[in-house]
Amino acid sequence: MGQSYLELREATAARDRSLREKVMTLEEAANLVNNGDHVAIGGCTLSRTPFALIWALIRAGKSDLSFSRSITSTEGDLIFASGIGKHILTSWFSQGIVWGISKIMRAYTESNRAQFEEWSHMSIGLRYRAGAMGVPFMPMRSMMGSDVAAQLDNLKEIDCPFTGEKVILVPALNPDVALIHVQRCDAYGNAQIDGLQFMDIDIAMAANKVIMTTERIVSNDQIRRSPDQTKIPFIAVDGVVEVPYGCAPHECFGMYEPFFDHLDMYATLTKEKSEEGVAEYLEKFVRGPADWSEYLSLLGMADILDASRRGRSIYND
Amino acid sequence: MTESTPYTASELLAVMSGRLLTDGQIVFAGVGIPLLAATLAQRLHGPGLTILFEGGTLGPFVVAGELPPSTNEQRCTRRANMLLPITDVLLLLQRGYVDVGFMGGAQVDRYGNLNSSFLGEPSNPAVRLPGTGGGNDIASLTQMIVAMKHEKRRFVERVDFVTSPGFLAGGTTRADAGLVSGGVFKVVTDLAVLGFDATTKAMKVDALHPGVTPDQVRDNTGFDLHIDDSPTVTEPPTDAELQVLRHLDPERLYTA
Repeated sequence: MGQSYLELREATAARDRSLREKVMTLEEAANLVNNGDHVAIGGCTLSRTPFALIWALIRAGKSDLSFSRSITSTEGDLIFASGIGKHILTSWFSQGIVWGISKIMRAYTESNRAQFEEWSHMSIGLRYRAGAMGVPFMPMRSMMGSDVAAQLDNLKEIDCPFTGEKVILVPALNPDVALIHVQRCDAYGNAQIDGLQFMDIDIAMAANKVIMTTERIVSNDQIRRSPDQTKIPFIAVDGVVEVPYGCAPHECFGMYEPFFDHLDMYATLTKEKSEEGVAEYLEKFVRGPADWSEYLSLLGMADILDASRRGRSIYND
Repeated sequence: MTESTPYTASELLAVMSGRLLTDGQIVFAGVGIPLLAATLAQRLHGPGLTILFEGGTLGPFVVAGELPPSTNEQRCTRRANMLLPITDVLLLLQRGYVDVGFMGGAQVDRYGNLNSSFLGEPSNPAVRLPGTGGGNDIASLTQMIVAMKHEKRRFVERVDFVTSPGFLAGGTTRADAGLVSGGVFKVVTDLAVLGFDATTKAMKVDALHPGVTPDQVRDNTGFDLHIDDSPTVTEPPTDAELQVLRHLDPERLYTA
């Protein structure tokens, strides 16, 4: 964040971009994130959320992180309530329409203990894309005349130098770290994504560091048999962690849908007990378990099977 | 036409909104009433209507009983023609491929501006709402249909915060601000279908729903609203429309 173009290039040049193995544990991956970093979160709302990585950042006791995501769901509550970050740049922030407005987001933002920096969805996408393209800004035609634009101090309205039309310029966003979860990835970081891509490719190519969690690690030979399916290349990836059910209780396309019973439980807990409820949740599901397997055991076999059955059904005719 | 089947306010919203869509249109829809309305239109009179979802889905087929919890889950992708990145599906709005955007909001005002960000003073809000999502982009770049409950606290003189621009301060102010295309096409409520004056861009009643009086609409609106002396009345939801809706949402997630 705040890097000049030359600094961005120097940071990229300094990364080991060779074809090398970079498989590590969740704990090692969390250590790649420095306090104060701007962290971009892949996926959208309840989908392909890199939940295990956020879980690991909380357990590692990170602090002063700022975050961005296209749309933010329950992971945003956990970021605020755990204290790892007080600033989330996003376009929409709550668990999901069916569960209503997040009590936790409200409690933290209305008391000014944390900031929800609101940008339009497309403007966030174009900020990452500008970052991925190595240009300082992107022009766009929405947001003009709205209070969303009026309350932001880092965008500019100009007259197009070619046509004279009014356009808004949004600045490039080059995150310090991108957290992304995919279905398949090799040990070098070649990542294949099934289904919806969201903003993940732009996020990865914009970031100075990319941590990839994957449902399974596949061989490089397997990647080379279908290189057209590789959406993020190894040259951009700095760490690979194999984490089955790494989005749980959110969704991973074709593998599992959201864990709806668990999410209903979370919604009820936070509606009834607000901050006390989320504190209980963090203790029980994030800080308490010995490891990711124990966390999954807490979610329960019944919920895992139900989410998996629904998830795989996307491939049924 | 039969009026035998009773219906909920949400079902009325979905039916009346669905009727505004025409075959062949490309419709950017959110979940809830917008998706139900677009799917209803598709099933009943617009088989060539294409739905776009913000999560990156072009031309899906929504499976009855499996309504997605947001526009970004795998349930949105059933039998879709294409999946594309979020930024690129939103850019279809800017490029001009989309005929109608379809959304709700917490507040709407005389000029069709929508608020889904803050209730009260934005710097010290009574309620921090979930925010724009793609709402601002959709409202900025296409013709918009707004579906919401008709309540005085929602129909306000001036929204607390313009999340999604309608006609801003009316007249030519929208275009003057740089939003040269789009605008609010209709506002559909459980009491009426509302449009906008061609010149002033102030909201007015196009038609009342069956059994609704002009006073009822005025009592539930926080600003002066033009209503014709003998206003048009909409046809009530038909059995066929209600049947399709209840088939799509058997658990009444969005139509209770």
